[in-house]
Amino acid sequence: MGAPLQAAAPASLLRAQALTKRFGTTLALDALDLEIAAGEFFALLGGSGSGKSTLLRIIAGFEAPDAGRLLLDGHDIVAMPPWARPVNMMFQSYALFPHMSVADNIAYGLRRARVSRAEAASRVAAALTMVGLEGFGARRPHQLSGGQKQRVALARSLVMRPRLLLLDEPLGALDAGLRERTGFELRALQRATGAAFVMVTHDQEEALALADRVAVLDAGRVAQVGTPRAIYERPASRFVARFLGAANVLEGRAAPGRFDSPEAGACFAGDIPDGTAAVALRPERIRVAPGATGMNTAAGVVEEVAFRGDDSLLLVRLAGGATLRVAHAEEDGAPPARGAPVSLAWEADAIVALPA
Amino acid sequence: MTHARPGATMTHARHGATRTHARHGATTTRGRFVRIAMLAGFAFLWLPIGLLVAYAFSADRIPFQWGGFSLRWFAALAANERLVEAALRSLRIAAGAATLAVALGGVAGWALARFGPFRGRAAFGALIGAPLVLPEVVTGLSLLLLFVALEGLTGWPAGRGATTVLLAHATLGAAFVAVVVQARLAETDRSLEEAAMDLGATPLAAFRTITLPLVAPALAAGWLLAFTLSLDDVVIASFVSGPAGTTLPMELFSMLRRGLTPEVNALGAVVVLGVGAVLAVVALLLRPR
Repeated sequence: MGAPLQAAAPASLLRAQALTKRFGTTLALDALDLEIAAGEFFALLGGSGSGKSTLLRIIAGFEAPDAGRLLLDGHDIVAMPPWARPVNMMFQSYALFPHMSVADNIAYGLRRARVSRAEAASRVAAALTMVGLEGFGARRPHQLSGGQKQRVALARSLVMRPRLLLLDEPLGALDAGLRERTGFELRALQRATGAAFVMVTHDQEEALALADRVAVLDAGRVAQVGTPRAIYERPASRFVARFLGAANVLEGRAAPGRFDSPEAGACFAGDIPDGTAAVALRPERIRVAPGATGMNTAAGVVEEVAFRGDDSLLLVRLAGGATLRVAHAEEDGAPPARGAPVSLAWEADAIVALPA
Repeated sequence: MTHARPGATMTHARHGATRTHARHGATTTRGRFVRIAMLAGFAFLWLPIGLLVAYAFSADRIPFQWGGFSLRWFAALAANERLVEAALRSLRIAAGAATLAVALGGVAGWALARFGPFRGRAAFGALIGAPLVLPEVVTGLSLLLLFVALEGLTGWPAGRGATTVLLAHATLGAAFVAVVVQARLAETDRSLEEAAMDLGATPLAAFRTITLPLVAPALAAGWLLAFTLSLDDVVIASFVSGPAGTTLPMELFSMLRRGLTPEVNALGAVVVLGVGAVLAVVALLLRPR
């Protein structure tokens, strides 16, 4: 990876400082800090209750933080009502106005901004073209498919030419076949408009595939921010490693230059700083190595084999009791059978030491 | 059914044909039954009204005796100032009460559906809906007491009449409107209003351009409901009305005591035709495009 890990924001567009929001006794945002650059595609990734939706609603202006500042271009916008903010949002339900045609839906914001009728008409037409819905202007929302509704909602927000567009689970309501295509289209639109897109999602694949940078949220705090590759390859904590899915997280104890994991029945040798609490090992970095022993190897029994196309996923029960996910590439030959004893090995640089 | 019976005794080979026959017989029997049931149902619903309209054109002095075709009772009705005045007063009260009910009930329904779990919400909802479950006698009596007490304290309302009936009917109607509006708002996605505000609409503009058009059918239905309730009511009106506030149902009741004339039939016919015309207009307005 040639690019620097932090594609450091040259022009910070939005900055959240110590944002705190409480709902009753639950802490939705816990002194959260975040910075979003102009023109970047940013993903807020987290499970339910992580605070990602609350953060989005605070940026849009539908919720007020209990404490903290929210700066847009250096100006605090906390006190600014949603209708005055130069920020637009695409709702998860799309929230298309059912009593208006598609064209009237898209023109709604322009009409509120008292844009002239002629200019509004040409901007609506351009927006419809941009999302590939020429000729749909006269239709009613209930006459559209899910994907078409999503495009109308997108056009309705983008026609306002926001510098910051918020997207609440933009692909969540689409069926699997449509997701990939729509994802690419979102990226293309983001590049074409130059607006910063901030997307909320619980789907790590979606976040990694679409975003320039991803913030993983946990319990109202940012667990890690970085490029998709950086957080995938160098998770900063057990939570991030587990949340990004697939990584094997093994507990144990650090010693100078090595990490002993009783639950794996293995010794990890490599770049292990002091205070390492656990190590992460990606399934595709582990290989079946008959007869391997010593450091950076483990022995176990294959519990399950799942064929996935270009590889097979093995669940291997290790001697220490932990279960390891191992991706066995097709070009390495037939995977071991269920119930077979196997030896596993990995390179030292595959080990990710987790400080927390 | 009887013509299928011989088939049952025939040879095996013809069994299938017999069965089709039998089923065919069953269908026609069911068809006949449905048709008869439908006719009976329509007769049950329409016969009283049909009789009323028919007798309105009878010349006889007794309201339920046929004496040849005549329009004399329509003429007599038009000349009966008491009745005509009561009818017009009832219409005015109903229209006023329905309008007030839509304003009050609409706001109440909106508060119940949209203001979140505010303090006293449950009590508010129960009180708004109270007239739905309270016997009309209780509602009427309590309102009478209120009006009397209010007059004693403030001098308003001065006596009882059309105004007090209108206020009482508005109270009753508001309960129905609140329920209808709340239900409509509950099934309307809340993010629609947020989306409007996100696109630059102030809360007032969002209400005017999004919320109001979406609840308009509920408001119209609520208005018609409150209007009908007011036209219909005799119990509450009897409590809160005064000498100058006799409504049409009250007038009809007092006529009943003095002895009915076929004018009542004529009045009924006029009301039926009027209601029919309004319903036709509503159906025309609401027909799917």
